[in-house]
Amino acid sequence: MLSVLALTSVVLLGIASQITAIVVYTSWERHALVGSDVRLSCSFFSWQWTSPDVTFSWHYRPDGAKEGIAIFHYVGGAAYVDNKGPFRDRLEFVGNPSRRDGSILIKNLDFSDNGTFTCDAKNPPDIAGRPSSVRLLVFEKVPVQAGVITGAIIGVVLGLLILIVAIYYLMRFLVARRVFSLSMSKHGKKGKGKEGSQQKQAGPLK
Amino acid sequence: MLAILLATIVLHLTDLIILFISTCANAWRTHGVVNYDLWHDCTQTNGRYHCRGTGDADWLQAVQALMVLATIFCLISFIIFLCQLFTLLKGGRFFFTAVFQVLASLFVMSGAIIYTVMSPEWKNESDGYGYAFVLAWLAFPLTLISGFIYIVLRKKE
Repeated sequence: MLSVLALTSVVLLGIASQITAIVVYTSWERHALVGSDVRLSCSFFSWQWTSPDVTFSWHYRPDGAKEGIAIFHYVGGAAYVDNKGPFRDRLEFVGNPSRRDGSILIKNLDFSDNGTFTCDAKNPPDIAGRPSSVRLLVFEKVPVQAGVITGAIIGVVLGLLILIVAIYYLMRFLVARRVFSLSMSKHGKKGKGKEGSQQKQAGPLK
Repeated sequence: MLAILLATIVLHLTDLIILFISTCANAWRTHGVVNYDLWHDCTQTNGRYHCRGTGDADWLQAVQALMVLATIFCLISFIIFLCQLFTLLKGGRFFFTAVFQVLASLFVMSGAIIYTVMSPEWKNESDGYGYAFVLAWLAFPLTLISGFIYIVLRKKE
């Protein structure tokens, strides 16, 4: 009895601590072209109301590097962007903190921007939670022929499949109709023969 | 009888899962910790990453198409198997299912062969084959065996 009570209380405590944990959401991976802009979205879920002291902070770690740098911080209603690091003059805050949106816009991408961006959001008193990361991949160019050959092969094979199935059902339908019309004409001849013999018999009677 | 049916279904679902992972995971080649290939290709030069799509390699697009087709055909054959399970006459064979499953195995075989033949000219010495490549080669005999089982299997009551 006591052990059941202890177990229940532990479970409830676990659930309660989960209820007061903040959950941060970002994309898993983003792909972008060199020279283009990319919007990294960050949002959070929290059981508390959105506090006026809500904070968002973005952290960037280049691919292959051990440590990262902080590039963005939003606190007390003001957004502070990186003005010394690799993103100076390229970073813009496009989120809406009152709607729990802490997204940033990075302009004019370069290959050196490949890396992992981590968003950490805090909504006092709800501060215990894990930050979420999004991986950025910068592409040289969208290949003009990307996927054309792939799509063509897939389309042709599936089209052939549908064609073969359609022809098969068409043949079955035609053969069935032919058999049906043959049996109808046979039945029709037999019926006419019977009627003719009846009339001949009825004639002499009259 | 039920055991054979369950084993066949489990084998087919395993094939489907392996094909899905092999097609969707971008890990046909590895370079140290980084996986790439089949859908995009990131190479490292001077500590910086350089990503490009796989548009210039025509054979890679053919491999993509064949893997997608193999997955689609395996899925279609599973659906047809479920249909035939209920509509087939007693003593009948799962012929349609077998046809699609064998076609799926042929497609994955072609894809894996094309990739194996064309990639040595393309990869560096320090590259290795990734897990998705191994899964693709594994999927070929499994789907073939599954297709043959469907040819041999008869519906009993």
